[in-house]
Amino acid sequence: MRHALVVAIGIVSIATAAVASAEPPAGAASCSGCHPSSARVSSPVPRLTGMDQAAIVKAMQDFRSGQRAGTVMDRIAKGFTDDEIQAIAAWYATQK
Amino acid sequence: MNTTRRDFLKLGLAASTALVPLPALAQGAGPRAVVVGGGFAGATCARALRHADPRITVTLVEANPTFTACPFSNAVIVGLRELSAQQFTYDRVTADGITLTRGMATAVDPHARTVTLADGTRLGYDRLVLAPGIDIRWGAVSGYDEAAAAQMPHAWQAGEQTLLLRRQLEAMDDGGLVVISAPANPFRCPPGPYERASLIAHYLKTKKPKSKLLVLDAKDTFSKQRLFQAAWAELYPGLLEWVPLSKGGNVTSVEPATRTLVTDFGRHKANVANVIPPQRAGRIADAAGVADRTGWCPIDPVTFESKLQPRIHVIGDAAIAGAMPKSAFAANSQAKTCAAAVAQLLTGGTPSTPKLINTCYSLVAPDYGISVAGVYQPSANGQLADVPGAGGVSPQDAPRATRAAEAVLAEAWFRTITTEVFG
Repeated sequence: MRHALVVAIGIVSIATAAVASAEPPAGAASCSGCHPSSARVSSPVPRLTGMDQAAIVKAMQDFRSGQRAGTVMDRIAKGFTDDEIQAIAAWYATQK
Repeated sequence: MNTTRRDFLKLGLAASTALVPLPALAQGAGPRAVVVGGGFAGATCARALRHADPRITVTLVEANPTFTACPFSNAVIVGLRELSAQQFTYDRVTADGITLTRGMATAVDPHARTVTLADGTRLGYDRLVLAPGIDIRWGAVSGYDEAAAAQMPHAWQAGEQTLLLRRQLEAMDDGGLVVISAPANPFRCPPGPYERASLIAHYLKTKKPKSKLLVLDAKDTFSKQRLFQAAWAELYPGLLEWVPLSKGGNVTSVEPATRTLVTDFGRHKANVANVIPPQRAGRIADAAGVADRTGWCPIDPVTFESKLQPRIHVIGDAAIAGAMPKSAFAANSQAKTCAAAVAQLLTGGTPSTPKLINTCYSLVAPDYGISVAGVYQPSANGQLADVPGAGGVSPQDAPRATRAAEAVLAEAWFRTITTEVFG
């Protein structure tokens, strides 16, 4: 029993730490309205989960500057600062 | 589940409560969140709460065994899609460890922190999230009551009403007059009446080309107006006529027996009449004391907590969300923001300042899509405001290939969001 308790505390501590760091930065939670969280969804819109951080940052900056044409992302990217884009990209890069 | 695993989970829960102080904690159980309403807002919020912190006990109260989605229901009305493609069960929601309580919430006691259901069941909460969607303001258009809706469907809550309007269109002879009446702001899905008008015009053009469509509007301007009107001129010339408020578009009463719509300027006898009536927050909002005199619910833009009652949050169509429209995307975005804030508040944390997004697609024809997008943040005066310089509608001069791409993206959006919420 004592062994089980120690194991349980260990797991919960890890879970708590994960919860504490898992809260998405401002704006990030909204992306999954169009960018599928699930790999089962067929969509021309790419999954951001696990995507390379630098690739997300570059895409957002290019949409924002107009260097890359978008249908809606050009309009949405203009609502985010460099810091916010970095934070969102960093968060998605670590999601599974 | 075997005994060992159950004991292990119990230990896990006991250990977790020992490790982190939970202010809302009562008698050894996790903090309790109750979510009322299992639509895009409520189902998203329930799942996001569990995901944010599994220690939170989440109960979702919903009257219906299946959810019928409104986005894309205009395509059902004109036979481009079946209603079954709009329907989702709660199996995956409950699989997340959420307790689904089937019933209609009828009362809230904000002091005792309880929700009462129609069958007398009482649920205690530490935080309550109301996502009741809309109710029709019966009688706001004189003569438009529930009996009238059986003759002149609103089809603004998807389901039987959607199918009724479809059957009426199918039964109409070629050469008939279809009339849609659109309400004043605010209402669910601001571009919805105009997408519906577009798709009905498409149906008439292809199936009953001698027919006419009249849109009687209680407003002089509407969402994506220039894009819709340019497309109507191109695709449906002479078939679709839009009558604004200033030209006598405001419908003041209806006569269901003859499907007649009455304005200050005249009478329109329709073969098929679709009355999109004025609306308000779902009834429970009033019962909980979170709706103001407008019938909608003022909220804090960081937490979505009611400005009228503590510990009650309101999300989705029922909320007064400033610049954010009453859309499924907005409801989903608000639900995730609210869940993060509620999880913090239930575990002694501080909610962080959010940024939210909305994207709404409308179909003007099956292969012709247009969109509006926005980015929002709390403003100094406590509203959700547009982030300056962001958002807006599809370009006015985009080529047809872009319109076709947006129609494809619209369908992809529906698959993605419904999978996130119900899949």
